[in-house]
Amino acid sequence: MMAEFLIEMRQISKQFPGVRALRDVDFSIKKGEIVCLLGENGAGKSTLMKILTGVYKQDCGSIYYEGEEIHLTGPRDAYERGINIIFQEFNLCSNLSAMENLFLGNENRTKEGFFSFTQTRKKAKELFEKLHIDIEPDIKVSQLNVARQQMVEIAKALAYDTKVLIMDEPTSALTSKEITTLFSIMRTLKERGVAIIFISHKLEEVLEVTDRIVVLRDGENCGNVITSDATKNQLVSLMVGREIHNFFTKRTQAPSDEILLEVKGICGNKIKKASFNIKKGEIVGFAGLVGSGRSALARLIIGAEKKSEGTILMDGKELIIRHPKDAIAAGIAYLPEDRKNMGLVLPMTVRENTTMCIHRKLQRLFGLISNKDEYDITDHYIDELKIKVFSREQIVETLSGGNQQKIVIAKALAVTPRLLILCEPTRGIDVGAKAEVHNIIATLADQDISIIVVSSELQEIFNLADRILVMHEGAITADIPIGEANQEVVMKAAIGAV
Amino acid sequence: MITEKVHTSTDKQPFSTRTKRFIQRTLRMRESAIFLALLGIMLVITIVAPQFATSGNIYRVSRQISFVAIAALGVFTVILTGGIDLSLGSIIGISGVISGLCMASGMHYLLAIVIGLITGCAVGTINGLLVSYVGITPFIVTLGMLSVARGSIWIITKGWPVENIDDRILALGQGDAFGIPLPVIIMVIVSIIVHFFLRSTVFGRRVYAIGGNEEATRLSGIDVKKIKCLVYTISGLMAAITGIMLVARFNSAQTSSGDGWELDAIAAAVIGGASLQGGAGSVVGVLIGAAIMGVIRNGLVLMKVSAYWQTAIMGLIIILAAVIDRIKNRKVS
Repeated sequence: MMAEFLIEMRQISKQFPGVRALRDVDFSIKKGEIVCLLGENGAGKSTLMKILTGVYKQDCGSIYYEGEEIHLTGPRDAYERGINIIFQEFNLCSNLSAMENLFLGNENRTKEGFFSFTQTRKKAKELFEKLHIDIEPDIKVSQLNVARQQMVEIAKALAYDTKVLIMDEPTSALTSKEITTLFSIMRTLKERGVAIIFISHKLEEVLEVTDRIVVLRDGENCGNVITSDATKNQLVSLMVGREIHNFFTKRTQAPSDEILLEVKGICGNKIKKASFNIKKGEIVGFAGLVGSGRSALARLIIGAEKKSEGTILMDGKELIIRHPKDAIAAGIAYLPEDRKNMGLVLPMTVRENTTMCIHRKLQRLFGLISNKDEYDITDHYIDELKIKVFSREQIVETLSGGNQQKIVIAKALAVTPRLLILCEPTRGIDVGAKAEVHNIIATLADQDISIIVVSSELQEIFNLADRILVMHEGAITADIPIGEANQEVVMKAAIGAV
Repeated sequence: MITEKVHTSTDKQPFSTRTKRFIQRTLRMRESAIFLALLGIMLVITIVAPQFATSGNIYRVSRQISFVAIAALGVFTVILTGGIDLSLGSIIGISGVISGLCMASGMHYLLAIVIGLITGCAVGTINGLLVSYVGITPFIVTLGMLSVARGSIWIITKGWPVENIDDRILALGQGDAFGIPLPVIIMVIVSIIVHFFLRSTVFGRRVYAIGGNEEATRLSGIDVKKIKCLVYTISGLMAAITGIMLVARFNSAQTSSGDGWELDAIAAAVIGGASLQGGAGSVVGVLIGAAIMGVIRNGLVLMKVSAYWQTAIMGLIIILAAVIDRIKNRKVS
């Protein structure tokens, strides 16, 4: 007799030193079902998925696969049973072609034992066609954009007979059009009987694509709803255990009329003659598709990349910025979009990361660092941003995503900036932490700090910005006051249809 | 996480808990494990070859260790940034020879020492400039410099050792104070300085940060290139200190001085817990690593193991240390 569920996890518990990560959690999924695993960061989603993929072993509880109890011996075992996971960070070899990646470790060989290009190409084509993905098998992965790399990753999972596909925040780096494509691929997979576990913080997407939603909170089950019956507010309250009526705070104070920074015709890698200005205490949102040049522009402004032309004026005087240190000296702080690779030194402590940009301020005789000042500053931001840590000496690698993000924000604020450039300030963090970050941003603007917010979430920009600048292919194509902005106007400018 | 709480100040905890914590933390530290390994090795050698534990032998071993340890501290600083310095052995040689030639030509010994140190810094800085500002990988730059510097020694000396060393410097390699060899005292002083330099200064913080995440460090407004250049200067300086001490030790500047020492120095750092990826390791660890290398080398001689075997065994020890580290790391993750 066929079991009702493809995978059934019963009463799973997992204890880490000092932390109870999971307590009696049930989770199940049928063939051809898309189930969302929802929960705040630290709710236990990753731990549960790591148990399912054989990375961790549960302390108690059992896993049933097609009705039969299984004991996973490791990731390899799970993989061979057809349980596959796609991480936020892709595991592709960017120096190899798409097709070589598809069959990595599972290569097609000729009779003589050589790598067979013809066969690999043929199989890759078939696979891509089946998924309605339009990618040339021979193209190097490094030449593909993030969305297409992700498609290769999905196809790679399918190249091996995958029955359960776990997608950990697959949409976080995609534009809305790419997300639509991804969803149609997911539906194709569903029709072919693949069970998909979808982990995401974006509720609209969850409601759109999934069949069922399993909510975890503090390592316990706290909801299992059919998606068609679910509402956004219900899900949010299940996740955080309280109703959130207002997601975001509005500003209490209007920006001043004084211009702080003026960017005049700067050009550089991916950027064509961008000009704009920002007033004191103003929040300017940068909208646009991924790859439209928003973060590249930010990197030019702070001197992380060389600009070939153009000038930047602050308070009407020209600023020479050749290196990020010049930007910091001028009071421009920057929060990069990728906190793990660009924002934090993961093996260092909360304290060491928080004060990374202000060594000069802490420096005493012989270059010694003043401990007292450093402790005071770190503690100040831990309190102010309500960062949850055991101590200021905690290694940041061990913190949850939301708290890591707050450390990066603390690091930028420690500069006491006049202009704050935030790239994707809430990427990959949960709803509760997101609202907190938005509150922080609004408060800062009320203190007369000018803020540039680059975000792929239009909703975020609409909720925060006083003015929206839209970019398309490296140029600024629209400058819209928030009062006149709507989704349609912004999207038009973003696809270059103005 | 569920049990995460907002941190509380440790000052409020009773003294006994704090002491207990301190002891626990010390025991958990990597350095404690390798220190125990060192003690174990010394015990085994003493049992097999009792003459190891005589004061005369300990005196010689500790002096020998201090030469390598100082050079190791230099390359350790480079390793912290994720780089490597293969040229330190040749820098040991060339700074000794230059300093020796200065003395032989009648120059005041202090000035000769300073010139030797400057030579080491200069060669190191050339490495650093090529790595940081030209962008060549450290392995290639310092591999090239290894030959350039060694070749230069032969060109300058035509292969002859430099004699007529000023007697006043001999104490640096041969002397002692309170029964402790002077090289050991110099090593302790240098270690303390390097330790505080790396742990308590802005520069040191940045060295560790670069090894941990270079891009994040650069975006934090830190001049990564400058620091990556300067660590090679430091490595050159440390090698030069060793080089001059060796001249004092042998009362002549040998052309082969420091030949192959880069391997012992790098091995000492790695055995002591430095990661070649950068960002991890400590001065104490490097000292223990150097001690392990020196003690084993000495033990093999005392146990009358043939020189051929010695080389192979030293190599095995390095690999063994890396394997143990790997297994330990796997358990953690």
